[in-house]
Amino acid sequence: MNTIESKPLIKLKAVTILSNTEISPNVFVLSFRRDLAFRAGQVLGLAMQANDDARLYSIASGENDENTDILYNIKPGGKLTPNLAILEPGDVLWISPPFGTYEGSSEPAYWIAAGTGIAPFISMYRSGMGDNKILIHGGRTLDSFYFSDSLLNDFGARYVRCCSQQQEEGVYAGRVTQYLEEAEELPLDQKYYLCGSAEMVVESREILISKGIPFNNIVAEIYF
Amino acid sequence: MINTGITVEKNTLLGKTLPELKLIVEELGLPGFVATQLAYWLYKTNIQSFDEMTNISKKLRQQLADHYDLGIVQFVKVQQSADGTKKYLFPVSSHKFIETAFIPDARRNTLCVSSQVGCKMGCLFCATGKQGFQAQLSSGQILNQLRSIPEREMISNIVFMGMGEPFDNVEAVLNATEILTADYGFGLSVRKVTVSTIGIIPAMELFLRQSKCNLAVSMHSPFDDERRRIMPIQHVYPIKDVIEAINKSDPGKYRRISIEYIVFGGMNDTPKHVKELARLLNKTRCRINLIRFHPVPNAPLPPTDEVRMAEFQRALNEKGIVTTIRASRGLDIDAACGLLSTKALVQNENSDF
Repeated sequence: MNTIESKPLIKLKAVTILSNTEISPNVFVLSFRRDLAFRAGQVLGLAMQANDDARLYSIASGENDENTDILYNIKPGGKLTPNLAILEPGDVLWISPPFGTYEGSSEPAYWIAAGTGIAPFISMYRSGMGDNKILIHGGRTLDSFYFSDSLLNDFGARYVRCCSQQQEEGVYAGRVTQYLEEAEELPLDQKYYLCGSAEMVVESREILISKGIPFNNIVAEIYF
Repeated sequence: MINTGITVEKNTLLGKTLPELKLIVEELGLPGFVATQLAYWLYKTNIQSFDEMTNISKKLRQQLADHYDLGIVQFVKVQQSADGTKKYLFPVSSHKFIETAFIPDARRNTLCVSSQVGCKMGCLFCATGKQGFQAQLSSGQILNQLRSIPEREMISNIVFMGMGEPFDNVEAVLNATEILTADYGFGLSVRKVTVSTIGIIPAMELFLRQSKCNLAVSMHSPFDDERRRIMPIQHVYPIKDVIEAINKSDPGKYRRISIEYIVFGGMNDTPKHVKELARLLNKTRCRINLIRFHPVPNAPLPPTDEVRMAEFQRALNEKGIVTTIRASRGLDIDAACGLLSTKALVQNENSDF
């Protein structure tokens, strides 16, 4: 979840950046020490200054990890991300307390993401919820599959990469929506978590509903 | 001059507030009073070109035209319903279009304007949500929907209930509401302009501080779990926090707050819902506007019938909440609530998946 002003009445607190690493072209992981408890899937507001309007990002680290990670991409012309990208270790960033109710569970489920929408699922996975999940991640190019090394290792065949513009062995050639269209025997009684752009979420939701999955079993988070 | 094939888009004047026009005039080194003249021509008249601004000298008009476009865009299509409702299609850039609904009735002539091309909110029941998000509208593109229709002079009410979530584009919407209600602008009463939101709290709080216009909140369920399933925004801005933010904001004696509530038969119109709505809105001076669900393709939600709708209205009225039922207008041309969509015209060149 990102790019909207956060609650201005919530006081932001300063944190010191530990690292800000470009993991793929224009895609970064920003880290600072975790000193607030959160539930995997929650968001927090980020701002460059104490009185700026904060923008919301899903946390991308585990509930018990030492540091809190934020996965973001640079939005050209954006108010925050071009500035975030030049932060260096030791610089100060302002954050809100974590909030939101997009949360994982220990039940079997599908996690379906596009782009940086994988962030809440990384948080859930690092919080120990990945064992009985199927993770389907869509991206335009092969370098869009962030954290794929550890995901391949831990999820194996339960990790599906869908690449719409490039091809590679072991990667489904096509959009995540096309993969869902072609998927057979999707269980009707499991939860389907969606996270990504509005286009991806509404198209995926429509496909799942057309396959008989009750809308009550679809849990959607949209980046806005 | 060599044609490079690159078109540099000029900034537009429509949608600029008077202070912004003053800055523009100052930057161009023009006399200060030209700003007031520009506001007059932009918002009080129907002129279509700089040449028609007859009280501005030809030289100054040329200077303005060298740097700015007026920002006036004609609609490319209009459909008329059997009930008199009209739906206009406006282009906002290549391959991007918005719809605007003109809704006349005996007491008022309402214009329902769009604030975005598409929408990011993904509500399960909404046709606009199904097309995803394509672009923000500028304040000029919002105001052009009023300025460029033949019914312009007869519009009494403006509602920001067309395509898009207004508070996901709050700066443009605030500029537009200022110009709609300013003496130098369209001169509408703040009581005749309503902005509708699903409850993006920070932007809503900004609106409540900066504008005196009416506010409508799309609730559709008072229950956390139920609302989350049909409106993803509930994950970050729960409706109880939205109502609390309104209560804290001291909404003003004259501002009308309305709660928009699409009725899904047997799902969100039970006695349990009546009780929870009464509890949730206990401290809020508002009215509830019940809306018939106009089914969109593949939306797995039930419409209601007139008997259930009337019963739900009566139950809410008995709880002391003024509750009305919104007339469904323009159904035959897909202009009714939740049906606006330009999906068929969208070219998805920038998807991230």
